[in-house]
Amino acid sequence: MGESPQAAVARDEAVLVTEAKAGSYAAFEELVNRYEKKIYRLGMNITGSPQDAEDVLQETFLKAFEHLGDFRADSRFYTWIVRIAVNEGLMKLRKRRSSKEVPIEDTEGDDGAPTPRELADWKPNPEQELARSELENILQDAARLLPPTFRTVFYLRDVEGLSTEETAALLGLSVGAVKARLFRARLRLREDLSRIFKRG
Amino acid sequence: MNLFTCEKVITEISNYLDGDLDEDLKRSLEAHINKCQHCRVVFDTTRKTIELYCDGKLFPLPDDVRARLHEAIRRRWRERQGNT
Repeated sequence: MGESPQAAVARDEAVLVTEAKAGSYAAFEELVNRYEKKIYRLGMNITGSPQDAEDVLQETFLKAFEHLGDFRADSRFYTWIVRIAVNEGLMKLRKRRSSKEVPIEDTEGDDGAPTPRELADWKPNPEQELARSELENILQDAARLLPPTFRTVFYLRDVEGLSTEETAALLGLSVGAVKARLFRARLRLREDLSRIFKRG
Repeated sequence: MNLFTCEKVITEISNYLDGDLDEDLKRSLEAHINKCQHCRVVFDTTRKTIELYCDGKLFPLPDDVRARLHEAIRRRWRERQGNT
């Protein structure tokens, strides 16, 4: 029976990690090349700031480099660096706590369904009417209004495709809390985007 | 029989999109959405919202940021080599 593509990637990744641990700079650089785009996007999604996202990117790979010897082969390298990056991103937000820019604590509970207020249908393919940068600004502004853990849950589940269980483990939340936050994040984003993309 | 209220549909949209509903609940939700325009709009636009954020072209890594990352790693590497 043939190996699945995911298993092949994981095996290949494990070989690179072994080589990097043995002192191969080229192997570590290859791991960086594979995941740098995703980690930068993760930093942007958590912090909403290009400067903070760059810091998250650098700190993540420098810490991975420093602590590579501690990495245990029973988990995936990618999951390990995502955990580092999530912690770095949330730490950035905590540092901003005193400035009024970003509330770190979730100010709303997980109970109950939010009531949708925007009920008009959207224009077909609204993204095609916008320049890429304009669409990015709209999506980023809407995401920035979410409490940080809601935004992080949304990003890890819907954008990165991590499972509910993986997301819960990464963030130290229960599976139920991940589902509740994902649900509220999706509806909140939909509500905000509806105000911009609705017909008429 | 369609027993879903609009509030129940909203509560379950996320679970539906994640494939977490059993067949009976899934059919009830779909039956409601087919008849209720408001719920259909909320369902369609929630799905579209996720699609927009999933676009892999969002937040591309700038070349200068990438260059600084690799330089920082090289520098750390050289420091380590120097200490051994």
